[in-house]
Formats: sequence, C-alpha cells, structure tokens
Amino acid sequence: MKNRLIRMATLLLALVFAAGAAFAAEPIRIGALFSVTGPPSFLGEPERNTAQMVVDEINKAGGIKGRPIELIVYDTTGDPTKAVQLATKLIKDDKVVAIVGPSTTGETMAVKPVTEKEQIPLISCAAGSKITDPVNPWTFKTAQNDTLAVARIFESLQKRKLDKVAILTASDGFGASGREQLKNQAAKYGITLTVDDTFGPKDTDMTAQLTKIRGSEAQAIICWGTNPGPAVVAKNVRQLGIKLPLFMSHGVSSKKFIELAGEAAEGIILPSGHVIVADLLPATNPQKKALMTYVQEYKKRFGVEGDHFGGHAWDAVMLLKTALEQGADTPAAIRDQLEKISGFAGIGGVFSFSATDHAGLTKDAFVLVEIKNKDWVLVE
Amino acid sequence: MDFSHQLSQYLLSGLATGAIYALIGLGFAIIYNSTGIINFAQGEFVMLGGMFGVYFYEILKFPLAAALLLAVLCAAASGVIFERLAIRPLRRATPLGLVIITIGGSILVRGIAMLVWGKDTHALPTFSGDTPIALAGATLLPQHLWIFALTVLLIAVNKLFFQFTITGKALRACAVNRRAAGLVGIDVRRMTMFSFLLASGMGALAGIIVAPLTMTSYDVGIMLGLKGFCAAIIGGMSNGIGTVLGGLLLGVLESLGAGLISSGYKDAITFIILLLILFLRPQGLFSRGDSERV
Repeated sequence: MKNRLIRMATLLLALVFAAGAAFAAEPIRIGALFSVTGPPSFLGEPERNTAQMVVDEINKAGGIKGRPIELIVYDTTGDPTKAVQLATKLIKDDKVVAIVGPSTTGETMAVKPVTEKEQIPLISCAAGSKITDPVNPWTFKTAQNDTLAVARIFESLQKRKLDKVAILTASDGFGASGREQLKNQAAKYGITLTVDDTFGPKDTDMTAQLTKIRGSEAQAIICWGTNPGPAVVAKNVRQLGIKLPLFMSHGVSSKKFIELAGEAAEGIILPSGHVIVADLLPATNPQKKALMTYVQEYKKRFGVEGDHFGGHAWDAVMLLKTALEQGADTPAAIRDQLEKISGFAGIGGVFSFSATDHAGLTKDAFVLVEIKNKDWVLVE
Repeated sequence: MDFSHQLSQYLLSGLATGAIYALIGLGFAIIYNSTGIINFAQGEFVMLGGMFGVYFYEILKFPLAAALLLAVLCAAASGVIFERLAIRPLRRATPLGLVIITIGGSILVRGIAMLVWGKDTHALPTFSGDTPIALAGATLLPQHLWIFALTVLLIAVNKLFFQFTITGKALRACAVNRRAAGLVGIDVRRMTMFSFLLASGMGALAGIIVAPLTMTSYDVGIMLGLKGFCAAIIGGMSNGIGTVLGGLLLGVLESLGAGLISSGYKDAITFIILLLILFLRPQGLFSRGDSERV
C-alpha cells in the first residue's frame, strides 16, 4: 500500500517535471504569410522554402536558448483580403509573436493596420517604399526599395552622359511603383523622360510601344517589370533593331529571365541584389559569407539556386533570430530589439534599423550587372 | 525614323498578332457551328499546345519537329478527352449549362497544367533563327512568317475540308440543323467529338507557333482565348474568312491603339470592339445573313 503510494508520488513528480521541461522548451511561434500560389508565387514559393529552411537549421542547432522555433506558414495567394484574414488568424488563434511577410506590397499595406493594432511586429518581404515610409513602429521590411534601384540606374546614365530616356513599365503593382520612382527622381539626375509608356503584364507583343520609342529622341530605354513581360520587350527590341542601351529592373534579376529572353538578353544592364553575383564578389564583402551559405544550402535542399526573393525571407527570419537571441520573446521586446539591429549583413544588403528607418538599406544593396554570354557580369 | 515607317511597323506587328487571334478564333467557330456551344476552354488548348511543346522539347529532348507534332497530337487528344468527360455526359443540358461547363473545364485544365508543369514561364526556340527581316521600313522575325504561312495553310485546308470531304460536309450539316443531320444518318455525337478534335488541334498549333515569341505558361490561355473569342465574334462565328479577317482587324487595331493612343488601352480596345459588335452587328461584321455560317 505504502509502496504503491510512493510509486504514485514518484510518477506524479515525474509528470510534473516532464511538464516543466516541456514548458521550458515551449516553441517560439512565428507566423509567415507568403503567396505560395497565385500570380506572385514566383516570390512566395522561394520565400516559403527559404523561411522553412532557415527555421529548420536554427532548430537543428538547438533553437534559440533551448527553445525551438515553430513556423506557421499560410498561403495568401496574392490576395490582400485573404492576407488580412490570415494575419488575424495568426495573431488570435496561433498566438504568434511576430509575422514574416507578406510577399507583395499590396498585401503588406492591407495587413499593416492589423498588426499595428494588435502590436505584433511585421517584417514584410515586399519592396514598395511606402511600406516603411512613413515609418510605422511595428512594420519593418527586408526587400530593397525600388527607390534605390532607380538611383543606381540614373547614376549609371549620368556617367554615360545620357539624359533623354524612354521608360516602359508594366501596368501592375511593381511596374507602377517603379514608374512613380522613375518619374520622381529623373529631374534630380538631370534626366528627361521622352516617352512614358506601359505594357500589360500578360502582353505578348510590345513592338507598338517600342516603335514609338524608336521614333523618339530617347538615348536609352528603361523597362520595369517582372517576367515574362520584360523578356518579350527584350526580344522585340532586338526584332526592331533598336541599338539603344536597354536597362531593366531588379524584377528580372534571375537566370529565368536570361533563359526566356535568350540571345536578346545580351547587353541588358540591370540593378540587382548581390545573390546572383555572390561568387563574383570580393572576399572582403561583408555579405559574401551569408550569400554563399544561402545559395549553397538552398541548392542542396531544393535543387535550384537561391534567388533574391527567397533572400528577403532569409533576412526576415534571421533578423528575427537576432532579436530573439537578445532575449526578446514578447512582441514588444522583439520590436525594440529589431530597431536596435545595426550592421547585419544579410542577403539583401547590410541592414541598420533605427527608430526613423525601418527599411535599413542603402543603395549599396544593389550592384549593377550586365548580361554577357548568358551570365551576369559586374558593371563598373 | 519617319511616321510612315512607324505606321508600317504597327500594321505588320498587328497583322502578326492578328493571325494568332484568327487561328484561335477558328477553333471557337468550329465548335460553335457543330455543337452550338461556345467553348471557353479553347484558350486552354492553346496553352496545352505550347506547354506540351516545351515538355517534349525541353524535358524529353525530342527534336523540335517531332516535339511539335507530338504536342499537337497530345493537345488534340486532350480535346477529345475533354469532350468525352465534360460535354458528352451532359448532352441533355442547355447550351448555357454547357458553356458554363467549358468555363469550369478550363479552370480544371489550367489547374492540372499548373500542378504538372509548375508556374514558370517557358520559351521555345524560334523555328528558323532570330535574324530580323526588314520589310517596308518595318522589321519582322522569321517566326512571324511561320505564323502567317501556317495560318494561310490552315485556312485553306479548313476550307477544302469543309467543302469537299464527307466529314466536312457532315459537320456543316450539323451546323445547319443538328436534328435533321441526325435524321439523315449523320452521327452527330461523333461529329461533336470531331469538332473538338479539330478545334483543340488548331488551338494547340497556334499555341506552339507563338510560344517562341510570346512564351508560354500555364495561364496564357485566358487572355489568348478571350482575344480569339473576340475575333470569332467580329467574324460572326464563321468557319472561314470572316473569323480570319476578324482576328487580323483586332490585331491591327490593338497595335495601332497601343502605338498611336496609349498602350494602357490595348486590351480595352479589344473589349470595346467586342461590345460594339455585339450591340450593333451581332451577326458579325462580314456576315450577310443568319444561315451563312460556314
């Protein structure tokens, strides 16, 4: 009888301890909103893959101070309404301490008021500069502003003494945002836009717009969009025999573009994150180590090379990890720690956040590359 | 670069695009005339042609000609399967019901293509090089000549087929009066299947010859299908020259609109034309009467 009591007590004690141990290792729950399917899936899919890969690696290495990270990913399909619903679900049901994503600017702008109200830090993977301008205390972002990409191109045009430029932008969110930046910054660099035309993201022939450009005084063409539109533009430029220098945006800085445009891609110049030229960078570059690890790990796990879209998710999760390692585990503490991060060398660039800057990058986040022999070459 | 050169470029680019619309539009017309339904999955067969082409050429590494032939066959087979599984079991349904089923079917086909081939955009190599050809101050690619040549060839074959073969005549009979056609011993169901075979094969061919220029992905079918539909409407759903002229007109207007007015209105132009035709001349621009559908 007594024996049994002791046994019971021991069992109970063991249970309590086991529960205690489980409590100590309770996972840190992080939410993620990516458009894994739908039109922006070219962003969301590598982002989801990357985020999961980084979290798995952190957990394999013992988690953060013994606590594993639990990543809860929802697919927004590129739909802002869905993104808002899922963000609410992450906060109310899953009780996450921070959210990574969404993938696009439109979705981020829709989710922002929700996370702000609930006081949950949001690290967006979208590029639109209005996400962090004006600064919102709870919203950060990792994708480079298009402002910086435009500045890179205009600087290069200035150096080449070209001041009459035709712009051809896609009529989607990315293209429209680029067009706005191109128009805003042109005057600052002494550049006049002779033609300002657009194309539908699904259009299959842009010779009409390019014929107009050919008939204008433009000395260079800037095309702003994501695949496949710009590949059609490149082919049409070649077809029409236009010899003007052709600039594109970071929206096409992937091998896929070279594959699609084929011969027509030769000679195109574009600003890009460092990922695609990781192996060309000097060893002194602070990002080199992170870049090489990321590209190789991604290739090992998913069979294709990591791109800069996935890189945005890498940066978001790693920035979060940095904040968590500082001992922050409540949303407010994470937010405070994020704001203190300085000189963090990630995939998109070297991040230094502050109370007035939640994008954290300078125009050094972009390098100018030219396509030569179906590969990237650094310009300058 | 003077204005006349610009103009000739707009016209030529427009004609090249228009030829594609015409090919797709013919597929709509063939099915409409033998079954009385508008097959909104037509665009998906265009997509299937391109994607099968990419699959056989890029992944299975077939020679280009063989890959293209197989792609047309596979897409045509898909058309038959589509008719068998989606249209035939519902023969008693109203035309409206069938039209809606084709829309559902198109979403299904697109979804399957996305799952099987992924969401990436793919390109095929051009059939005979990338060296531009200068013509009246404008430039074309050799691929455009392929498009023109194939369109003309298909229209000619189409015409001969419908005028001079028994099957073609039977299809025309179905177009005039399905019941009567059945009464004189024409197997109307077989003709329906046959029209799907023809239409999907032609759609696939269109999808393949444009793939080197416009590239292809699982979702190109929607827009191309709509443009083809417009071409067929302008042509009054005729099996022949009407739809072809409709397609060419559409292509040229789009190109001129994008060049001279604003590219932002390119698709709007298409749909304004579609609405105008439906309001003002529902029988089509080139058709004289109701019975002249072939």
